[in-house]
Amino acid sequence: MSFFEEYKKNEKVDFELVFSKVSEYEIKRIVNKERINKEDFIKLLSPKAKPFLGIMAKKAQELSLKHFGKSVVLYTPIYISDYCSNKCSYCTFNQSNNIKRRKLSYQEIELEAKKISKSGLKHILLLTGGSRKVSSVAYVIEAVKILKKYFDSVSIEIYALHQFEYKKLIEAGIDGVTIYQEVYNQERYMEVHLAGPKRDYLFRIDAPERACKEKINKMNIGVLMGLYDFRKEIFFTALHGKYLNDKYPDVEMSFSLPRIRKFKGTENFDSISDIDFVQMLAALRIYLPYFSINISTRESNEFRRNLLPIGVNKMSAGVSTAVGGHIDNDGEPQFEIDDYGSVEMVKEMINEAGFQPILKDWFSI
Amino acid sequence: MNDKLIIGGKVIKSRLFIGTGKYASKKLVSQVIESSNSEVITMALRRVDFDNKNENIIDFIPKVCTLLPNTSGARNAEEAVRIARLARATGCGNWIKIEIISDTKYLLPDNMETIKATKILSDEGFVVLPYMNPDLYTARRLVEAGAATIMPLGSPIGTNKGIKTEEMIKIIIEEIDIPIIVDAGIGKPSDACIAMELGADAVLVNTAIATSENPIEMAKAFSLAVEAGRLAYLSKMGAKSEIARASSPLTDFLSEDVN
Repeated sequence: MSFFEEYKKNEKVDFELVFSKVSEYEIKRIVNKERINKEDFIKLLSPKAKPFLGIMAKKAQELSLKHFGKSVVLYTPIYISDYCSNKCSYCTFNQSNNIKRRKLSYQEIELEAKKISKSGLKHILLLTGGSRKVSSVAYVIEAVKILKKYFDSVSIEIYALHQFEYKKLIEAGIDGVTIYQEVYNQERYMEVHLAGPKRDYLFRIDAPERACKEKINKMNIGVLMGLYDFRKEIFFTALHGKYLNDKYPDVEMSFSLPRIRKFKGTENFDSISDIDFVQMLAALRIYLPYFSINISTRESNEFRRNLLPIGVNKMSAGVSTAVGGHIDNDGEPQFEIDDYGSVEMVKEMINEAGFQPILKDWFSI
Repeated sequence: MNDKLIIGGKVIKSRLFIGTGKYASKKLVSQVIESSNSEVITMALRRVDFDNKNENIIDFIPKVCTLLPNTSGARNAEEAVRIARLARATGCGNWIKIEIISDTKYLLPDNMETIKATKILSDEGFVVLPYMNPDLYTARRLVEAGAATIMPLGSPIGTNKGIKTEEMIKIIIEEIDIPIIVDAGIGKPSDACIAMELGADAVLVNTAIATSENPIEMAKAFSLAVEAGRLAYLSKMGAKSEIARASSPLTDFLSEDVN
């Protein structure tokens, strides 16, 4: 069985009908439950639940504190190649975009790694564009081996892999995989993924499960909020997470909540308001309180600070989204970041908010 | 009163062990240790940042304390053993709290893997404190495997639900001769007190202190509760009864038994 079957079963849910019926009484009842079910969760996603966001946030805070305490793990991405064989309408790395491309040599990766490690960060997320040819699995494996010399935790965010490839990468030393479905709605998926291997919806949707089968330690999933009705998309993200967690309880699950940022070619997508964003975050926390929530520098420092007490467990810091961005500034960034804070500034912000920044929460054993 | 807790040849005065996770800052951990008078301090080895100044939790633990590194993150015996060896190699001493968890939802310990790891590590000379789901057979096997203590959970870790496994813990206290330390689920000082009244030798508390509004004061409250509970246990509490009994029996002068 694949998550796709679960998706199909739930595709018929009449969200609008459920959304329209939500009352204050119901939200209060749900928030006071010790554990909520799928039906309750949909109600928390309703626009009609928005006026009760205060009590939802309070509940989310209690659960976050209970499960994760007052600590936030920091990590940073390293982009090693931006060559891409896909045409995704929302991404700068889109094959048809005429940008200067770059792939780091092993020496350059080592230089970047050295430079980043000076910040004290111990968790790194390796990213490539979607070209299997340019950034092959063999190339990524070598890169992982280099990064392992400088970091305790290495995760990857690359194109969808076969199970045996995840196995090889785990053997090379990765402990985490991030892969976003981008959009669960299949029709919309085909609309925004115009060409390239990423157009294979099913291969993409099963990628997290293939990594879980190989007993990856940490699995991070998400959608790109703004590509389609975000309430439904967050519902399917949670459903996917729960499906994986029920089947592979030994894998630590987490969600990312990336919002589309305005960039070359993304002008036509929906933007998600702060209040809607907070509602989605709180609802996810209440439904699956033991899932980590990861907020990147797509969000501003100030906004991240405000989200902290509601429940953020991982944050990026000292970020450059361009290939080779730490050794020079030639590359084209994948998206504009909002939080330009260096690692020290992010640490200070977290401290000021009454939380503890954690640089190291893992090692290879 | 001659009431000593001895683990791995060490005399431990404070029966409140504390964890270092979930705190708002590392400095707070030092303050909590001070206000609680705790001597045995546990920390996840995976979080110990040996390279970074100001980031290494061990530097925030007074030298007089006994470090109890734990194997948090281990999903099986093999991983727990590797973490333990690394802990010793990096100078964290030879005490190890085995924590083997392969269920991220309930975070319940895997008793079978815990027994395996306990055997390997105690053979290697570690003082092994295994965290376990309270079960008498497992407790006996842990003793056979060389455990220095048994650490049964009061309720699932981080839940603050109190001593929900009370009956099982009572059996373990009754049957097992090595120290019993109730670990996990203790949500408030009165829970810790109950565990001590039952005859536990010590308790380990983390979430309840770390996530309170004032961890320093809360640590002190726990310390007092643990002392009170221990004293009550040693003073042999009056037996519980299901029906009321007058404290000055009126029928004592009769030669025959009268209820």
